[in-house]
Amino acid sequence: MSLKKISKDQPEKFEFGQQSLEAAKKILLNYPKGKEKSAVMALLYIAQRQHNNWIPLSAIKYIAKFLNMPYIKVYEVATFYSMYNLSPVGNFHVQICTTTPCMIRGAYKIVDICKKKISEKENVLSENGNCSWTEVECLGACINAPMMQINNDYYEDLDIKQSEKIIDEVLTGKKPKPGSYRGRINSEPENNRKTLLDLKNA
Amino acid sequence: MLKDEDRIFKNLYNDLGADLISSKKRGDWTNTKDLCEKGRDWIIDEIKKSELRGRGGAGFPTGLKWSFAPKEVGSRPHYLVINADESEPGTCKDRDILRFEPHKLLEGCLIAAYAVNSHKCYIYLRGEYYNEGIELQKAIDEAYKDNLIGKNASGTGWDLDIYIHYGAGAYICGEETALLESIEGNKGQPRLKPPFPALVGLYGCPTIVNNVETVSVVPTILRKGSKWFASLGKPKNTGTKIFCISGNVNKPCNVEEEMGVPLKDLIETHAGGVVGGWENLQAVIPGGSSMPLLNKEISEKITMDFDALVENKSGLGTAGIVVINKDQDIIKCFARIARFYKHESCGQCTPCREGSGWMWRILERMAKGEASREEVEMLFDVTKQIEGHTICAFGEGSAWPVQGLLRNFKKEIIKRNNFDPLIKSNKDIPYLVDQHLLEKDNAQNKS
Repeated sequence: MSLKKISKDQPEKFEFGQQSLEAAKKILLNYPKGKEKSAVMALLYIAQRQHNNWIPLSAIKYIAKFLNMPYIKVYEVATFYSMYNLSPVGNFHVQICTTTPCMIRGAYKIVDICKKKISEKENVLSENGNCSWTEVECLGACINAPMMQINNDYYEDLDIKQSEKIIDEVLTGKKPKPGSYRGRINSEPENNRKTLLDLKNA
Repeated sequence: MLKDEDRIFKNLYNDLGADLISSKKRGDWTNTKDLCEKGRDWIIDEIKKSELRGRGGAGFPTGLKWSFAPKEVGSRPHYLVINADESEPGTCKDRDILRFEPHKLLEGCLIAAYAVNSHKCYIYLRGEYYNEGIELQKAIDEAYKDNLIGKNASGTGWDLDIYIHYGAGAYICGEETALLESIEGNKGQPRLKPPFPALVGLYGCPTIVNNVETVSVVPTILRKGSKWFASLGKPKNTGTKIFCISGNVNKPCNVEEEMGVPLKDLIETHAGGVVGGWENLQAVIPGGSSMPLLNKEISEKITMDFDALVENKSGLGTAGIVVINKDQDIIKCFARIARFYKHESCGQCTPCREGSGWMWRILERMAKGEASREEVEMLFDVTKQIEGHTICAFGEGSAWPVQGLLRNFKKEIIKRNNFDPLIKSNKDIPYLVDQHLLEKDNAQNKS
């Protein structure tokens, strides 16, 4: 269960734009008739994407009406799952995995860099309001540890220098190149592959 | 070492491309129609004979699970749900299947859906795997276009629709009933079992929930025969498995190997050895964070299969191997795992909600050497209060790693936390205190 800080500055109104509305209607088709409630998670994502990476309370109200659900049910879902941001996170939301497999490969060094460069505390916007950082639980890329996720992309096999560079780029509003930062191909053992070699050399 | 021709996931490292044309070259979708035409009973029987056990952690026989679905479709439709909510620390095998072998998964979905009479399949993908989801959706679109799924899928006369449902960062949704709650649009809190999902699952309908890897190997098993699959590995622990080797190894990687492969082989051959040499090994977590650790002596000899690990008071789980060497503080490592469970507990059952926090706080203090000698026993007691007293297996998952730590490293813990609070009562340390006292500033001198 994640603790959520709900932003004090709430916009009064929220409505799906044309694009979001189309996406929402398409999602509803995935579920059987009468079970539209299932789409609530997808709709929250759509709202989050439309509203600069975070979900205001008015969007929760809007979605509740949209799906004919009680407000509290949508609120419950939005606060239960950790990926819904209920306060602004900036254009770049940096998430650093610090669970044990990443921790023993030095994830907290990246946390220190973020503390120094972005903001002293988690979930606080940087001075220019461009990004924020947070520690998260396992992101499921343990063999590429240490790693972080910025918005939707994974940045893997990091070291201090590379991480500093990535954070600097993010702070100036540029999107760094995702993927492995040691030039490793996907999940293969670097220069130590013993399997499927015929395919590699073919 | 397993021969390359016996490997199921030929594109594990994406040498060949994940698109439909390349996948077909590897043999995907070649005779799906023929396989389905042999009938439901044949499919389920073959899977039973192959002794395939679920790859999601619990190791339940897959054929048996499928046979629990009602034979005839009654008033309620059947559903197939694929569990792609991979978030166990140390595990990242499904990610590579979703990225590089999506057609194996989709073909498996069709065969499984056919076997359990389902027309709808939901793939519950963890929200963080956004890019993997795009790859998977691409593969789904390709398959629809080629009429491999959809109406009269692959010419089998069976209709199947496959949808992706994104999760949103809740580990507990990997538990099958929590996953179903999540698809229904609720908080991901597990349901009581029975009734089992096979009878009352998604929307109250019969539902079969399978892990990504389990379903992805099904087409290959049917094609090559259950005998071939059963000939690999050990009896009751058959086939191949993707192992994820992470932590303090020189070359962390994913690799597909036979079940029952020695752990030392995996680490030394494939992962380039422990950082600092084998002598520098401290402990190994063999199956994702919820499985108890193995000490160096056991790691030396153990084989990686369900039964051998259970005999050694651990488990294969998801086969996410985390290697911890002597440069690491073992108590700190497990305090971090305890924090993971504290964060991810859904909050439904009191023993787990409160207990996971207790374990984390005690372990954090133990790592700093601030706990008292008595608390070592108390910590063990807390784990026993959680284990078996919760609705789902999360309770065990959070308690076992701590029990494993206490079993193997009790001496170290006591060495670091060896004082008696009753005698040295002037120490500024809270014991037997409420949560609000744990802030150091609030800690009152008990004398």
